Amino acid sequence: MSLQPNEIEKIAHLARLAISETDKSVYAENLSSILDLVEQMNAVNTADIVPLAHPLNEPQRLRDDVTSETDQRELLQENSPTVEKGLFLVPKVLE
Amino acid sequence: MQWEVVIGLEIHAQLATKSKIFSGASTAYGAEPNTQACAIDLGLPGVLPVLNKEVLRMAVLFGLAINADISRQSVFARKNYFYPDLPKGYQISQMDLPIVKNGSLEIELEDGQTKVIALTRAHLEEDAGKSLHEDFAGMTGIDLNRAGTPLLEIVSEPDMRSAKEAVAFMKKIHSLVQYLGICDGNMQEGSFRCDANVSVRPKGQEKLGTRTELKNINSFRFVEKAINLEVERQIELIEDGGTITQETRLYDADRDETRPMRSKEEANDYRYFPDPDLLPVEVDDAYIEQVRTQLPELPAEKKARFIAELALSSQDAEMLTAQKELADFFESTVEAANGEAKLCANWIMGELVATLNKSGKDISQSNISPERLGGLIQRIKDNTISGKIAKSVFEFLWNEEGTADEIIERKGLKQVTDSGFIEKIIAEVMTNNPEQVEQYRSGKEKVFGFFVGKVMQASQGKANPAQVNQLLKDKLKS
Repeated sequence: MSLQPNEIEKIAHLARLAISETDKSVYAENLSSILDLVEQMNAVNTADIVPLAHPLNEPQRLRDDVTSETDQRELLQENSPTVEKGLFLVPKVLE
Repeated sequence: MQWEVVIGLEIHAQLATKSKIFSGASTAYGAEPNTQACAIDLGLPGVLPVLNKEVLRMAVLFGLAINADISRQSVFARKNYFYPDLPKGYQISQMDLPIVKNGSLEIELEDGQTKVIALTRAHLEEDAGKSLHEDFAGMTGIDLNRAGTPLLEIVSEPDMRSAKEAVAFMKKIHSLVQYLGICDGNMQEGSFRCDANVSVRPKGQEKLGTRTELKNINSFRFVEKAINLEVERQIELIEDGGTITQETRLYDADRDETRPMRSKEEANDYRYFPDPDLLPVEVDDAYIEQVRTQLPELPAEKKARFIAELALSSQDAEMLTAQKELADFFESTVEAANGEAKLCANWIMGELVATLNKSGKDISQSNISPERLGGLIQRIKDNTISGKIAKSVFEFLWNEEGTADEIIERKGLKQVTDSGFIEKIIAEVMTNNPEQVEQYRSGKEKVFGFFVGKVMQASQGKANPAQVNQLLKDKLKS
């Protein structure tokens, strides 16, 4: 299966990645070869195989409902370029 | 053309846990921004989400309450999209294997008929943070305290045929989650939110019309208004030869209209896949049976009991059981009043609810406790006070301290049954109104009401009305 340039653009947009025009064909080739591998696996008959949700074949561990975290705002906001009144500031979004 | 309206609802109920769904950060409402958002909620590299035990129990409890299938194995998946209040770039949700599937719930319609609404599924997911669009020097402020708060998304089949049915269903779910103690139901704080999928089709046609999704409607009244507006818009558009576009629309309460969400996003492509940080959640029969023992008496059961044991009408029982606190208040009142369920129901749904509404309080904030109201009802029942005086006693109970007995004593409101005293008043009233006495005696019996009024007034409402009637008749005849 071979991906077209417009499909690469869409995938890049969904991942919020800016890619150069010249790289597009490289990505198209690499991603297509991954899809080819999937294609190859598709040929195997899996009708009797239960889908595996996780390679570790174990159930999820659960935690008790207790608050164990303390306020780390100052530390956690050290990485943020802009902070005001305890809020992270980001470029304006309006929906 | 006759149109049929088709509605399905997606309800987000915030689960009433102490900590978040995958982290030990607090879920308390109203904290300073970002003081309850830990490294896991922020999706920092190297963190591992671990499922909260209580979240699972609450989801299973809900599933059992709607007679649904509980999945022995359910899987968390990543729903990928970009938005600043979603720090990881994906929301942890459930897609193919939700914890709850195939439930049903009965709603009561206005005409007293019932209808069963099917529930497709209920799945667990985390909430996002909040974007604050006030002006921060042209930027948007992000508070991630809500990020990672546990949600149960409850999805119905498109079984509702009017806005009223949709509201009835939403109210039923709202009542149920509070009965189960899994959600506080607070709509102002966003603990209970609703999206509505709305479409129309010519009556008789089986194929569904194209639907639109109305987002985040945060009151019962707005759900009804928003759906009706959208139905009107769709029918008009189709009748004018247009076609419906599948899209998400917002209801604007101020302008009373729905409009498409402005979005530069391409059509949603969430690229769900199983979250590798989380293993499949497994529950066995023993666990499910253990949770089943925690089911409280549900609204429908309570309603049936009120009708069978307390001889209430279906309507009264429906109203009283809609809210657990109200039902509990009613039952405590009946106990305090030594029975008299019908009288208790009337006072609670009449005076009490009206007074609560007037003062903007809910039943848990009532100035009058069930014990005090029960005391009042006992005095009505044993004729210590008339129904009219009871209303003033009720007002005193609301505004002042003390039991009904103490108030009746303090204010001298006891009903007068001393016939000598009543006769004395009647005599005075007759002396002062000779004209009316003449009229009555010459056959104009309508003036009788005038005398009753005068006597009651002179006794300050304390005379026993039945006695007044009898004595008046005797006196006027002679």
